[in-house]
Amino acid sequence: MQKYISYAGLIMLLIQCKGEQPLITEANTIVSSSGVEIPVYNFDNFESFLKMNDGKTRVINFWATWCKPCVAELPYFELISSKYSDQDVEVILVSLDLPNQVESRLIPFVRRQKIQSKVILLDDPDADSWIRKINENWSGSIPATLIYNGSTTNFYEQSFTYNQLEKELKKIL
Amino acid sequence: MKTLKFLVGIALVIAVSAFAIDRVGFNTTGEVGYSIGDNATDFKLKNIDNTLVSLSDYDEAKGFIIIFTCNHCPYSVAYEDRIIALDKMFKSKGYPVIAINPNNPKAYPDDSFENMKTRAKEKGFTFPYLFDEGQKIYPQYGATKTPHVYVIEKISGNSVVRYIGAIDNNYKDAASADKKYVEDAVNALLKGEEVSVETTKAIGCSIKA
Repeated sequence: MQKYISYAGLIMLLIQCKGEQPLITEANTIVSSSGVEIPVYNFDNFESFLKMNDGKTRVINFWATWCKPCVAELPYFELISSKYSDQDVEVILVSLDLPNQVESRLIPFVRRQKIQSKVILLDDPDADSWIRKINENWSGSIPATLIYNGSTTNFYEQSFTYNQLEKELKKIL
Repeated sequence: MKTLKFLVGIALVIAVSAFAIDRVGFNTTGEVGYSIGDNATDFKLKNIDNTLVSLSDYDEAKGFIIIFTCNHCPYSVAYEDRIIALDKMFKSKGYPVIAINPNNPKAYPDDSFENMKTRAKEKGFTFPYLFDEGQKIYPQYGATKTPHVYVIEKISGNSVVRYIGAIDNNYKDAASADKKYVEDAVNALLKGEEVSVETTKAIGCSIKA
């Protein structure tokens, strides 16, 4: 059972209700299945995830279910997420799975692996237009990870061990 | 004494693997590998028909469309039909496609030489599909992912790199791609013009040595 919800209206409503600036950016759609919801973003809407200035440290990992080295390091991001949540660290797992495989592959994966971190889908096929905006040196291969807080940003086009990831996070904390 | 030998052995393995990781890391930053205008190396790689293929075999070619691609990567699979179309469009004009699988099958069993043969047959590849045995060629080019394209122009015996990057600007849907980078680059070269977009970036599956 797949349902796409228009998220824009919902967000507008939330803004009006709460009367404060939401941290979450507008998703273009949400794919929802088996109790898992995956917000889907094009790059324009996704970009604000790279510029949130609320004092939190964000670990943004670009991955996909078909990417073996990405899947291998996901547990380390989950561990960071649980271990450092009380230190204002948020992990966001940005999936680059094919949009038509969200329901067939991504959602079952998230369920099976019991992923606790926020998982979103970046669906913007014109990658040349946005890869450089994430980092000038990124060739486009995944896994790739961005760790930032305010204006301090570090980018990694590589796989991590847990210790490496924690070490890099501590540079920003 | 035995323990000491063992420890020395371990230390050596760690040192060597640290070096390997360092090298790969260096490659993926784009610091190594070819830039536009560089002279690309020739190679002698095994094709799916068990022959060896080199750029120097192509006396008549004006250049090449070299595509690092593989079986396991969904982005590569999404582009297979377009790679065949490129070969059909440009082989007769002097720019054949040469596909190279850079992955170590130990990392990705789907990318074994046998599976390359199977996939090429299923899809009816019209071009050589070469196996980068020992993963020695792709680092020289600086390929980091699949698919990763190098358009080469032959100039007085040299293989000059004219374009590096993606095939077009929409991996999901060929019909929606309105920037056909490789096609435009080769057409420009055929007309003796400069390539207007020389490098592009795309998401791809990282190459595993």
